[in-house]
Amino acid sequence: MNWISNYVRPKINSLFSRREVPENLWTKCPECGTMLFHRELADNLNVCTNCDHHMQLVPRDRFTALFDNGVFVEVEVPLPTADPLHFRDQKKYPERLKAAQKQTGEKEAMLVAEGEIGRTPIVAAAQDFSFMAGSMGMYVGNAIIAAAERAVELKRPLILFSAAGGARMQEGILSLMQMPRTTVAVEMLRDAGLPYIVVLTHPTTGGVTASYAMLGDVHIAEPNALICFAGPRVIEQTIREKLPEGFQRAEYLLDHGMLDRVTHRRDMKLELVTITRMLMGLPPAVMGDLPPPDLPAEEPEPTPEPKAAE
Amino acid sequence: MQSYLEFEKPLAEIEGKAEELRAMARASAEMDVEKEAVALDKKAAQLLKDLYKDLTPWRKAQVARHPGRPHCKDYIERLFTEYTPLAGDRNFADDHAIMGGLARLNGRAVMVIGHEKGQDTQSRIERNFGMARPEGYRKAIRLMDLADRFGVPVVTLVDTPGAYPGKGAEERGQSEAIARSTEKCLKIGVPLVSVIIGEGGSGGAVALATANRVAMLEHSIYSVISPEGCASILWKDAEKMREAAEALRLTAQDLHKLGVIDRIIAEPTGGAQRDRAAAIDSVGACIEDMLAKLSGLGRDDLIRERRKKFLNMGGKGLAA
Ligand SMILES: [Zn+2]
Repeated sequence: MNWISNYVRPKINSLFSRREVPENLWTKCPECGTMLFHRELADNLNVCTNCDHHMQLVPRDRFTALFDNGVFVEVEVPLPTADPLHFRDQKKYPERLKAAQKQTGEKEAMLVAEGEIGRTPIVAAAQDFSFMAGSMGMYVGNAIIAAAERAVELKRPLILFSAAGGARMQEGILSLMQMPRTTVAVEMLRDAGLPYIVVLTHPTTGGVTASYAMLGDVHIAEPNALICFAGPRVIEQTIREKLPEGFQRAEYLLDHGMLDRVTHRRDMKLELVTITRMLMGLPPAVMGDLPPPDLPAEEPEPTPEPKAAE
Repeated sequence: MQSYLEFEKPLAEIEGKAEELRAMARASAEMDVEKEAVALDKKAAQLLKDLYKDLTPWRKAQVARHPGRPHCKDYIERLFTEYTPLAGDRNFADDHAIMGGLARLNGRAVMVIGHEKGQDTQSRIERNFGMARPEGYRKAIRLMDLADRFGVPVVTLVDTPGAYPGKGAEERGQSEAIARSTEKCLKIGVPLVSVIIGEGGSGGAVALATANRVAMLEHSIYSVISPEGCASILWKDAEKMREAAEALRLTAQDLHKLGVIDRIIAEPTGGAQRDRAAAIDSVGACIEDMLAKLSGLGRDDLIRERRKKFLNMGGKGLAA
């Protein structure tokens, strides 16, 4: 390993790039290098306007874009025992957790919410890659169980957005046990006859892929998302050969029968509405700004002023 | 031939000396070395006991991977009668990293399924060192399904470094196969008991070990990642595997405290590789007992209690 190129240079680079790119204004697309104005990027759901590269979208922003008028109610997730193994590597686990919480402003690596999309009631769960690589530990397990229980309670479909580097190593065996735990959650939805739709986003790997992310009734992925059990580097080290172009990317998995669809982020909502409504036996969605169809009849409210189309 | 682990080197020296003495005595009739040799034997026995009394997690990992440790095939041969291997996933191939079939345990028909690592170069390659591909898990799913439909209890023996990280395995849906196998474990309405006999490597182990009862041999390990893998990711140095093995809590003793496993099966002094028959028989007795305790439960009860067991898992951490 070249110490200079791997250690010193990135440090220098990041020093320079920080100066070149004031953090609150511009983002450089990691794929095509185009400088993107932050507002413009956010309006485009963090998809590069030049090359369509799908960047990370944190759960809160995703839900704001997904739910009608950006309105959703968070579903409470029971807090697990903190640091169950008293794990420490070079840092103590609670310190790593605190740092992630400070950096993201979130409690943990998954957000669960209920609300409507295209006036279709759903429960949604989204994994947060920016929080310790979205890794699956007790909290993420609890979140998926809470999401499934809430969906069953409300008789709604569950839509889950996955994004994770894998299991939370600092929770050792208990992170591994989230594979069967979350599978039990999926079984609850199956028993209740409710759709479970998985949207796989970049990257979804390891134990997450090998449990709830691959047990959906329908699998949709975002373009070019890396989706795998073992990462490409591990495989290259094992088999000592170069992997084909696009290996383990969404389109490759689609070709190999592991996904139903690869869908651009801007079309995702409509597609989820269409699929869930058909599976739930609901009529086609009425898009646009008609008043909600299920207002109580006895107290007719004044028709709201028509708003501009979304 | 006994093969020694690194930490057993002092033991190898003493046992080697005793062996040497006896060989010399055999060569010339007038030499009487028996007294000396017996003294060495005694010393070796004591050292063995001391070494194994309090194995560090990293040493346990080494013992769990000991080439002389009994493997799935050895358990099947000694414990079961009428073993009838069943092969193939009916889709692509037969994966020899996972073996299984119908067999009788003390007269009772069961479906036995396990990872097999192989015991010499040729069989290790054939078995892919116990690292299954999707076809292995899909065969396991098929056998569990068969057992379920005919009311046959399932016994799984877990011993794998992990699922195989290969190109074809990924293309054919390694993740999906593991996920479906875990799901199948949770769905079957027959008793499912599992014993971790060596290495319980990550998702590749979970796919067979999501059972009503899980037991571990005293010196086996069960972990989300190998100590070496964890060290290279969190310590950025694969040589920190001792520290990683400590931190991961991968020993049977810690996992029992965490409520992840139900039982620990004692191994002969010096590990299962020192007295294979005794180790295998202890595992057999444990399986028999676990199955007996589940025999009163109906289909729904078995499924419900298995789900509940995993839902509740992790509710408590290790005491401070
Ligand atoms: Zn771009």
